[in-house]
Amino acid sequence: MRIQLDFWSVLSQWPLLVKGVVWTLALTLIATLIGVAFGIACAWVRSQNTRAPVWLQWVVGTYVELIRNTPFIVQLFFIFFGLPAAGVKLTPEVASIIAMVINLGAYSTEIIRAGIDATPKGQIEAAASLAMDRMQTFTRVILPPALKKVWPSLVSQIIIVMLGSAVCGQISTQELSYAANLIQSRNFRAFEAFIIATLIYLSLSVGVRRLLNWLGPRFLFGR
Amino acid sequence: MVEFSVWDILRNLLGAAQWTVYLSLIAFVGGGIVGMLLLVLRLSKLRGADTFVGGYVQLFQGTPLLMQLFLAYFGIALFGVNTSAWVAASVALTLYTSAFLTEIWRGCVAAIPKGQWEASSSLALTFGEQLRHIVLPQAVKIAIPPTVGFLVQVIKGTALASVIGFIELTKAGTMISNATFKPFVVYSCVALMYFVLCFPVSLYAKSLERKMNAVRR
Repeated sequence: MRIQLDFWSVLSQWPLLVKGVVWTLALTLIATLIGVAFGIACAWVRSQNTRAPVWLQWVVGTYVELIRNTPFIVQLFFIFFGLPAAGVKLTPEVASIIAMVINLGAYSTEIIRAGIDATPKGQIEAAASLAMDRMQTFTRVILPPALKKVWPSLVSQIIIVMLGSAVCGQISTQELSYAANLIQSRNFRAFEAFIIATLIYLSLSVGVRRLLNWLGPRFLFGR
Repeated sequence: MVEFSVWDILRNLLGAAQWTVYLSLIAFVGGGIVGMLLLVLRLSKLRGADTFVGGYVQLFQGTPLLMQLFLAYFGIALFGVNTSAWVAASVALTLYTSAFLTEIWRGCVAAIPKGQWEASSSLALTFGEQLRHIVLPQAVKIAIPPTVGFLVQVIKGTALASVIGFIELTKAGTMISNATFKPFVVYSCVALMYFVLCFPVSLYAKSLERKMNAVRR
């Protein structure tokens, strides 16, 4: 038995692949910006160092545990198929972004909280002795070193969410996995199409990890 | 038209949830065995083993599980073997799980002080004996909390098998919501069931972690 692989018939559809990559990166970028910001806010609530109202701690705690213990695909389906029944209509792209933001937000909450909780008490006291208020203490004293500490795990989580975006193709968001599916339905070269898509994902994850590891120390938490 | 009550929906979903559990167990046990073999291979310091296992881990951690499932599904079919969603899902999830477990366990073995290896080799223990009597018993203790924690990821990962037509909790949810036109209720129930499966495991992992930290302090 001979197996014939024809990669060219897939690669000749490169405009679709490029479009898919662009969508994948765009989804990841937006989800990262909003999701990490959201995660920081939730981490502020969840941390023992910041004394947030108890009811808010309950709300955020429930959100984090609910999201972390259910699969992304179910969250996505719930938002895309479930919410319209409740009167909220969304395009696939918006639904994908919301799902990714909610997902990344929950995971990054726990990651960032670990960094915040590791802040030495003396630093918070020192900030108080400089007459900083709670907000200033958080944004200037607690957050930057916390982010620095957890940046590698945060980057890993962002990569996981980017790879998770492959699922968004299931609700016809036109990202990379959707492109691969489209190509294989046109030329029946399923195995080749998915090999190529997988390799592109692999290079994306390596590239994005490098980029974020380079960006983080330069722009995010000061020098 | 037949009316579906919430109870009907729940009953049907519960029936499908057992397949999620079976698939998780297959992936976890299979992944554990393959992961163990890969770990020993890596520790054995055979030439090229480090690069091979490193590349393996990178490949499975750096690509979406969904693509791995598709590749298994269409890849096995390419060899003329009739692929059921069962086989493809089991293979893909086993490989995926093994990559993560081998990486988790590698960290645990690396946490064993080098002196333990040296002392055991000075006692003229062979590599196998060192692993079996000295290093692994200590590493296993460290490895249990993160391994249990990873089980949650495996359970959630099985949801993707729905995409290649494996009828488990998520797929059943899709089918039922198509039949009942109640996607909001159905997907809420599906999410709730995953939560009921995963949350106790998460809590257990967390409590194990806390216990371990207490011992170390």
